[in-house]
Amino acid sequence: MHATEAHHTSALAEADRLMTVCNSCRYCEGLCAVFPAMEMRRAFADGDLNYLANLCHGCGACLYDCQFAPPHEFQVNVPSNLAVVRNDSYRHYAWPRALAPVFDRNGLWIALLAVLCVTGFVLGFVATQDPAALGNSGDFYRLMPHRAMVLLFGAAFAYAILALTMSLRAFWRDSGEPASSWSDLWQAMRDAGSLRYLDGGGVGCMNEDERPTDRRRLYHHLTFYGFLLCFAATCVATLYHYLLGREAPYAWTDLPVLLGTAGGIGLVIGPAGLLAAKWKRDPALRDTSRTGMDVAFLVMLFLTSLTGLALLLLRGTPALGPLLALHLGIVLALFATLPYGKFVHGLYRFAALVRYAQERKRF
Amino acid sequence: MLDVLVIGGGNAALCAAIAARRDGASVKVLEAASKFYRGGNTRHTRNMRCAHDHATATLTGPYTEAEFFDDLLLVTQGQTDEALARQMIAESKSMLDWIAEQGVRFQPSLGGTLSLGRTNSFFLGGGRAMLNALYRTAEALGVEIEYEAEVVGLDVENGMFLAARLADGREIRAGTLIAASGGFEANIEWLKESWGAAADNFLIRGSPHNRGTVLKLLLDKGVEPVGDPTQCHAVAIDARAPKFDGGIITRLDCVVFGIVVNKHCQRFYDEGEDVWPKRYAIWGRLVAAQPDQIAYILFDARSLELFMPSLYPPIQAPTVAELARKLDLDAQALTRTVEQFNEAVQPGTFDHTQLDDCRTEGLTPPKSHWARRIETAPFYAYPVRPGITFTYLGTRVDADARMRMADGKPAANMFAAGEIMAGNILGRGYAAGIGMTIGSVFGRIAGQRAAKHARN
Ligand SMILES: Cc1cc2nc3c(=O)[nH]c(=O)nc-3n(C[C@H](O)[C@H](O)[C@H](O)COP(=O)(O)OP(=O)(O)OC[C@H]3O[C@@H](n4cnc5c(N)ncnc54)[C@H](O)[C@@H]3O)c2cc1C
Ligand code: SF4
Ligand code: SF4
Repeated sequence: MHATEAHHTSALAEADRLMTVCNSCRYCEGLCAVFPAMEMRRAFADGDLNYLANLCHGCGACLYDCQFAPPHEFQVNVPSNLAVVRNDSYRHYAWPRALAPVFDRNGLWIALLAVLCVTGFVLGFVATQDPAALGNSGDFYRLMPHRAMVLLFGAAFAYAILALTMSLRAFWRDSGEPASSWSDLWQAMRDAGSLRYLDGGGVGCMNEDERPTDRRRLYHHLTFYGFLLCFAATCVATLYHYLLGREAPYAWTDLPVLLGTAGGIGLVIGPAGLLAAKWKRDPALRDTSRTGMDVAFLVMLFLTSLTGLALLLLRGTPALGPLLALHLGIVLALFATLPYGKFVHGLYRFAALVRYAQERKRF
Repeated sequence: MLDVLVIGGGNAALCAAIAARRDGASVKVLEAASKFYRGGNTRHTRNMRCAHDHATATLTGPYTEAEFFDDLLLVTQGQTDEALARQMIAESKSMLDWIAEQGVRFQPSLGGTLSLGRTNSFFLGGGRAMLNALYRTAEALGVEIEYEAEVVGLDVENGMFLAARLADGREIRAGTLIAASGGFEANIEWLKESWGAAADNFLIRGSPHNRGTVLKLLLDKGVEPVGDPTQCHAVAIDARAPKFDGGIITRLDCVVFGIVVNKHCQRFYDEGEDVWPKRYAIWGRLVAAQPDQIAYILFDARSLELFMPSLYPPIQAPTVAELARKLDLDAQALTRTVEQFNEAVQPGTFDHTQLDDCRTEGLTPPKSHWARRIETAPFYAYPVRPGITFTYLGTRVDADARMRMADGKPAANMFAAGEIMAGNILGRGYAAGIGMTIGSVFGRIAGQRAAKHARN
């Protein structure tokens, strides 16, 4: 029970203690990637621990399977500690550093920004259009020109990509030497795409108690693939616009609408399911101080798809204007906060899986 | 009336309860521990040893019944009930599937345990995960489970079980009894009967609930005992471990890499006599025989990373004398012992994967293998005490897991499974994974026979 070296935070020191316990036990080796990765080390620096924490999918199995979990005096609770370390790591690797505090009261910041963006669009519509246009139906480019939309969202997206890249770089450098290969990348894509490690080693992930279910994996798949489909819809629409000169709105049966609808439905059910699961989650498994961040991201995804679907259904009615302002405001806030919210978990998780694929080959 | 009452909440108890319930009996389980601590020493296990004719997804090769039996003969030096042992080994074959059908999952052998990859099936997530699965299955089948329900009295007449009395005064009557309440390793007073005051310094590796209350009650009611009442399975574990329940992570696998001294800085046994898996189980008793039941494993920097890490860090110092001071030992005496050892070390080629030719000459006791000079700073030490795994005394049973009375007659309606009857199979010694085999196989037999008895 020792910290091998000085650590940045008490959570990291505790992670070091836990990994030392687990390394002398190893019973959980078959549950996920964290334990085999831990066994490849004898000492744990902060970068190693951040890597292990992001490799952990939070399936919960190793708490209910641990003979040393609280109330045992060894107090081994890997999922909750790694959740704290993981969440701390998002803050730690935030770029630019000045924006790291956004992670502290994440829910509040994101809510504020969302309100601000929506208000901005409403005011913008009112200011630039004749008031009648807000109650107009059908054509949203009358409310906001396509070029303006592309500029605004393109800029927000480009900034997000830049900030995410810088963060990811810092994380990657901290967790070991840089090299990795296409096959590692491919392995990580398969592991992430199937959520291979969100299944308690095969029995299903645990959330409320020691009874395994696979619901969180299902909801996460709906969310993730829903997100990808929506993204694909946007890409296809952009191609239509610039390559084929076909402008929105598109018919129900057109590819962007089909992709967007399918994705949107996934992105309504998925986040709702994940929120419900979070609500029921055993507090022993959680980093209870960061609920705001988790909830904010899920709610933003949920609202994005909900308003998007509403827009699709009601685009022929006078509700179009207000709905469009709402939808665009939320999407803009979502884009702008991608680097400063729960979204980053996917990035670091993926990078950790690449690192793991690479390490596995070496040992 | 209740058909089957199971006392205990570990592997043997749950296998018995599930088997009895599957055969149609009404079943109640009385577990002394709370829900978190349910399952006694089973919580701390990681694998079971079953015979199998072919490699499986998690086992690297066949392990025949004959080979299993040979291994058992070897470790017990023939002290086993051969018929019962052969029956157990034969039934262990179907156990792998049966256990999996109850929801338990297996995984390949853990890192650092390669030598068991062919013979032993490892539980995915370890013993507690295994128990969780058994409890889920039992509950789904309708087995009634009571926690914090310690049995303190038994109503038995002429080998006929009538009722069990709980600590809170309640009486529970049932048609049959299955005793699966483990050994008495956590009962220091009882251990003192054979070990004297030394037992006060023993550490108990598993559950504090295995106090042998039910075993004693049964023996008092005329059940025939089996196994050596004075013996227990003991290994040398880190002296800083808690009194109870420290589990697997306090074990130390480094004896073969250094020397072991007592509190007078004297060596007392050949640390390199044989490969560690064959010797680890004698060190508990060796340390128990030393003054104050304490000893110290000493090694140097070259050996630090040759063995599995354990919970507590080794105590470390730049010189042997400094190390002695940290350990509260006589610095001169320890330095002298190390020097004498170093002088006796013969040249050789160190190879910790086999019996190498590194040994001492002219030293008593000798170190026969892996003897390397202790000379590269920093120097390290682990203090160790006897860690008790289980006791051997139990109840005699027949092929139906039915208890036998001291007069040689079978008990009317009393069965036993697991540690409480392990002495039938293990007269002495131990082979990794057999504890769980005994529990599962005789648990299933006891459950089936008890259900049948209750039906008639
Ligand atoms: C650290 C450690 C590691 C081990 N690893 C392995 C391994 O990998 N493989 C293996 O085969 N063996 C292993 N063993 C041995 C193994 O734990 C035992 O052989 C096995 O648990 C015996 O099973 P059982 O069901 O008979 O007893 P236990 O699992 O000990 O269960 C006894 C139960 O009886 C209950 N009980 C006791 N008294 C009463 C009472 N009066 N009233 C009600 N309930 C009572 C206890 O609370 C407990 O639930 C290990 C032991 C230890 C200590
Ligand atoms: S979580 Fe517990 S059971 Fe799992 S490896 Fe760590 S100490 Fe062992
Ligand atoms: S919570 Fe799940 S993914 Fe995380 S370390 Fe434990 S078993 Fe692995």
